[in-house]
Amino acid sequence: MNESEKLSHELQDIKQIMERSSRFISLSGLSGISAGACALIGAWFANKAIHEQHYLISELRQSSLHINTVINGDVLQNRLLQIGIITFIAAFISAFFFTYQRSKKSNVPVWGTTARRLMINVCIPMVVGGIFLYAMMQNGIYDFVASGCLIFYGLGVVNASKYTLHETRYLGYAEICLGLLSAFFIGDGIYFWAAGFGVLHIVYGIFMWIKYERS
Amino acid sequence: MKNPIENLNKTFDSRIRLGIMSALMVNTSINFNDLKQLINVTDGNLASHIKALEESGYIKVQKGFIGRKTNTLYAVTKAGEKAFQTHLDALGKMIKNIK
Repeated sequence: MNESEKLSHELQDIKQIMERSSRFISLSGLSGISAGACALIGAWFANKAIHEQHYLISELRQSSLHINTVINGDVLQNRLLQIGIITFIAAFISAFFFTYQRSKKSNVPVWGTTARRLMINVCIPMVVGGIFLYAMMQNGIYDFVASGCLIFYGLGVVNASKYTLHETRYLGYAEICLGLLSAFFIGDGIYFWAAGFGVLHIVYGIFMWIKYERS
Repeated sequence: MKNPIENLNKTFDSRIRLGIMSALMVNTSINFNDLKQLINVTDGNLASHIKALEESGYIKVQKGFIGRKTNTLYAVTKAGEKAFQTHLDALGKMIKNIK
């Protein structure tokens, strides 16, 4: 084996160990900021929809057309669900974009073993929570949607923090606490939701960006 | 003429030490057993190389417990990070020159 081959081999070993052992460290702080921004925009639309609904109901009361309120109630739930899904997709895509950028820069595959591990571990509590909340909504229980979203998401983040930058753990704890608190303030769910998915993500994102990416 | 290997760090002149540093560079911290499994060496061998790296100030050791079992965590220091990066750059340059 000549000198060049030996050195190449050495470098390859290094790379391999790094990949095998690593957490998914390409998670970008900008992803947190953008996801948080999406959540705030989504919450704004949701809040608007809720207020419009209240306005509509009071109008209907005045004109004593009570029959329609039930139907409109369903319309609101559907609208909120739509807003929620669109917000989630937008947040996911924007978060993916910045993390993809960072992973390209640091030459780590965005869909490597560590990324897969990370995703699976985030998803387990989140999918469970999603199905559970959906089942509750099917039974007309909407009171714990915001709180449930926050709690299950927080559990997902804490669970996955072992496989990425360890600071994510604190984001998870914060989401769980907020979710639990929110369960005691039913009716104000939208504000907790905005604080948890919007503000916390942005604060976390800025912190991570300053710590790891600002150069 | 410039000596092509002057930037290679003698402390990293072993496959095991390279392995330890590589793993620690990309992890917040790793415990002894994981490190052993990753690099595939015996306890004694790993321990002696860890000691050498620790004495150079390139890695730091944090002893802890999980229940009653000892759980010793290793992490790279700022100095270690810098030294290893320099070493890697030197390796890369040498390969380029030989080709």
